[in-house]
Amino acid sequence: MKAVGPAVVASDIRKSYGSLRAVDGVSFSVEQGEFFGLLGPNGAGKSTTLEIVEGLRKPDSGSVRLLGESPWPRNPALLRKIGVQLQASSFFERLTSKEQLETFGALYGISKSKAVDMLELVGLTDKANVQDTKLSGGQRQRLSIACALVHDPEIVFLDEPTAALDPQARRNLWDVLRAIQQRGKTIVYTTHHLDEAEILCDRVAIIDSGRIMTMGPPAQLVRALNAQTQVIIEHGVVPAELATTLPGAEAVVDDGVSVTISTSDAGVTIKALGELDALSNAQVRTATLEDVFLHLTGRAYRE
Amino acid sequence: MTAFTSLSLAMFKASIRDKAALALTFFFPLMFLVVFAVLFGGGMGSSVKIAVVGDGQVVSTLSQAEGVDLVRFDESGEAIDQLRDGDVGAVVLAQGDRVDVRYANGDRPETAPALAKVSEAVASANAGASNTTPKYAMRQEPIEAAYAPIQYLTPGILSWGVASAAVFSSALTLVAWRRKQVLRRLQLAPVGRVSVLTARLAIATGISLMQAVLFVAVATLPVFGLQLSNDWWLAIPLLVLGTFAFFSVGMLTGAVCQTEDSVSGAANLVVLPMALLGGSFFPVDKAPEWVKFFTNLLPLKHMNEGMLDVLVRGKGIDALLVPGAVLLGFTVVISVFAAVFFRWEDA
Repeated sequence: MKAVGPAVVASDIRKSYGSLRAVDGVSFSVEQGEFFGLLGPNGAGKSTTLEIVEGLRKPDSGSVRLLGESPWPRNPALLRKIGVQLQASSFFERLTSKEQLETFGALYGISKSKAVDMLELVGLTDKANVQDTKLSGGQRQRLSIACALVHDPEIVFLDEPTAALDPQARRNLWDVLRAIQQRGKTIVYTTHHLDEAEILCDRVAIIDSGRIMTMGPPAQLVRALNAQTQVIIEHGVVPAELATTLPGAEAVVDDGVSVTISTSDAGVTIKALGELDALSNAQVRTATLEDVFLHLTGRAYRE
Repeated sequence: MTAFTSLSLAMFKASIRDKAALALTFFFPLMFLVVFAVLFGGGMGSSVKIAVVGDGQVVSTLSQAEGVDLVRFDESGEAIDQLRDGDVGAVVLAQGDRVDVRYANGDRPETAPALAKVSEAVASANAGASNTTPKYAMRQEPIEAAYAPIQYLTPGILSWGVASAAVFSSALTLVAWRRKQVLRRLQLAPVGRVSVLTARLAIATGISLMQAVLFVAVATLPVFGLQLSNDWWLAIPLLVLGTFAFFSVGMLTGAVCQTEDSVSGAANLVVLPMALLGGSFFPVDKAPEWVKFFTNLLPLKHMNEGMLDVLVRGKGIDALLVPGAVLLGFTVVISVFAAVFFRWEDA
C-alpha cells in the first residue's frame, strides 16, 4: 500500500565540511510518481544533498522525510522502499550481471526469478552471464540501475547515472528511466546535463553553491525568462535589411550561412516569414535551462 | 535465500574466480612445501660425509658405521681442500695407530656429528683391540621416532598459507568494497552489518579448511610421506581460531590501506616476517633469548607450535590450550583496532 502524501520532503537541510557549506539550506518536496532532477555543475552540492536525503549522511540541521519517515538513523523498514544507485557502480567482485541482481535481491529477500525481469527491463538479457568488468560504460550503468530496482522500491535515487556516457548510451538510458517512471516509481536523480533534465524531468531544482537557485517544471522556468526566440533561416532568402523590419524582430545577424532573427514574439515573426515564403529549412531556437542558469548566476554553465 | 547465504555465495564465487588469489591460496604453499622437502632431502643431517686419507682399524670401523659417507683420498691436501669447500664434515688422517682429525673453524652444523662419529669409531676400535668386555657401554635411542622433514614442514607451511590467505583476501575485499562503494550500498540495504561480517568470515574459514585438506592430502602422498598423528582432527579448531586471528589482521590492514596495491605490500610486510620469525619454514628454537621473546608474541608462532603438536607430535587436546588462548586474545585485540580504524568510504 502506498503512503499518502509526498514521497520526499527535505526541509532546510544543511551540511558543512570545515568552512565549506556543501549544502546550505535546501528545501524541496517530490510527489509520488514524479521525476525530479537536482541539477547543477560539479561541486554544487547535488550529491551531498542526495546522500542526506537517502540517509547515508546526517545533516547538520534540517530534516528529511521519505514517505513520511525519517531516513536517519538507519531505518531498515524504510530501506526496503527506496532503491539507490551510487556514483560508483558498487558491484560485487567477479559476479555476472545475473548474479549481481540475485545477490542484491537476496539482501531484500527477493527471489532469484526477479533478476531475469530486471535484465529485460534494462535491456541486458544477452549479458546475463557476463561479468561487470566486461560490460561497456552504458551497460554498467543500466545494470547498476537494475540493482537499485530489484526489490521494487517506491522511490529510486540515482546519482549521476548518465555521467561519462556517450550520446547513444545516454539515450538508451533515458528509455530505461522513462520505463521506470511508467511503472509508477518516484525518481530523484542528479545530473549535470541540463539538456537531459529538460527532456526527462517533471520538475527540476537548479543547485549552485549548496543552494537551490530556482525550482519548477523546466518549461515554466524557461518561459519565465522571457528570453528571445531565435528564428534561423537560410542566407539569401530574405535580405538582412528586410529582416530587421519584420514584426517582432529585434536583432538580425547574417553570418553568410544563415540569417538569425532574434524576436520577442516568435509567433508574428514566423507568420511574417511565412508570408514571404522564407520558411523552408528554417529553425527555431528557444531558451534552455542553460539560459536559466546563466540568468541566475551571471556566469555561463560549465558541465 | 537469506542475506547471509547469498552474500557468502557471492564472496565464494569471487574467491574461486580470482586466479591470482587461488594461486596464492592453494598453489603457493604447496610449492613451498615441495621446495623445502626437496631441499632437506631424505632427512636433515642424517648422514655425514667424512674424508679419509690412509687406512687402519679406525678407518675400517668408520666405513661400517651407520650414517657415515666415507670419501677416500690419496693425499691430505686434496682432502683438506674438500673440507675448506664444505663438501665434507671432517678429514681423518690415519697412519698406523695414529688418527689425526681436521675440522673447519667456525660453527658448521656438520662438524659436531662428524667428530662424534670419529670418536665413536675410535672407541669401538679400542674396544675391539682389547680382550675384555668394555665396562661402560652406551646405547642411544631418540625419544621420538625419527621424523622426516615433511613432518616438521607441513604444520608450519600450512599455518603460514592459512594466515597469508586470510590476511590478503579479507583485506582486499574490504578495500575493494570501500573503493567501489559496495560498503555504502550495503548500508542502504536492510541487511545487518553482522551478516556481512560473518558471511565473509565463514568464507575465510571455509577456504582455510580447504587449504588444509588439499595441503595434507598432497603431503601424505607416498612421495612426501607425511604421517598424521591419531588426533589430527584437533587441528581443525586450531585452523578456525587461526583464521579468526588472521582475518582480523586482514580487516585492520584493509581499514588502514587505501588501495589494493598497498594491501599487497602491507599484508606481505605483516605475514612474511611473522612466518620467518615464527618458525613456519625453519625452527627458531636456537634463536637468542631476546629474539625468542619477540617470536613468542607472534600469533603465527603459536599456531605453528599447536599444529606441530596435534598433527605430528601426537599431543592431545591440552596442546590446544596455549595456542588457542593466544589466537583468541589476538583476535579480540586486533578486531578492536580494526573497528577503530574502519571507514565506510574513502576520505
